[in-house]
Amino acid sequence: MSADATGSPVRAIHWRGQTVIVEVAGDIDLSVSPAFQHALLKLLDRRPLRIVINLAAVPYMDSSGVASLVKLLARVRKSGLSMCLTGLTERVRSVFEITRLDSVFVIFGTETEALR
Amino acid sequence: MAPNKPIRLTIFSTPCCLPVVRAALEKMCEMVGLDSRSAGGVVLSVDEALTNVIRHAYGGAWDKPIEIELSVIGDSAPAGLRVCLRDYGRAVDPSQIRSRDLSDVRPGGLGVHIMQQCMDCVEYRPAEGGGTILTMVKRIPTKEEGKPQ
Repeated sequence: MSADATGSPVRAIHWRGQTVIVEVAGDIDLSVSPAFQHALLKLLDRRPLRIVINLAAVPYMDSSGVASLVKLLARVRKSGLSMCLTGLTERVRSVFEITRLDSVFVIFGTETEALR
Repeated sequence: MAPNKPIRLTIFSTPCCLPVVRAALEKMCEMVGLDSRSAGGVVLSVDEALTNVIRHAYGGAWDKPIEIELSVIGDSAPAGLRVCLRDYGRAVDPSQIRSRDLSDVRPGGLGVHIMQQCMDCVEYRPAEGGGTILTMVKRIPTKEEGKPQ
């Protein structure tokens, strides 16, 4: 099991300046995507300028997980902020490619590259 | 060696069952000889289909049955994998099931597109006695098809 007691796959949140870095772990499917979405949208309450979502420890994501990220992206754009994804595993990247969202999200190979 | 008889699983319509089905499918794809990318597509497609059954056919109820049948296709050697899903929920007119415009970036509605992209055949039909049968087929790509572009 990778989700915490609340069911959220968000493992850790840390800050670098006004950038919030979110570490996510475990499979993201229908069983955890509601808690995932809730945790993502709550980030906006902390008023970051930029959000970096690290998915390196996510072996699998279905379209409900992708939908959570799309919803966050819409809110981020509306608020004039920015966000990016990092560390996508091959399987997770393929979901973004199949749904053509790889050209909608800003995607970096690693967290270090995203923060450079 | 791939199983020469269909494998049948019956699950309840709870999301907790999804990882178990994914694990079974992953193993079945490996036994049939599908490459990692094709296997990923099969696992994702079946997961999306089960999610649709839970959300739409059963309206989110977690105690309804879903029957899953996995069969190897091909005579002497495996040529692919057939997955049949049968639910007893609200039937949907198959002509109304279609992919949406992906240029409209919004959450949701991607499952059918994913299934159509990843599988060689996706067919819905009403089941006798109510519910829906979804049949999906993934063929093992031939050597020519498998060559990089």
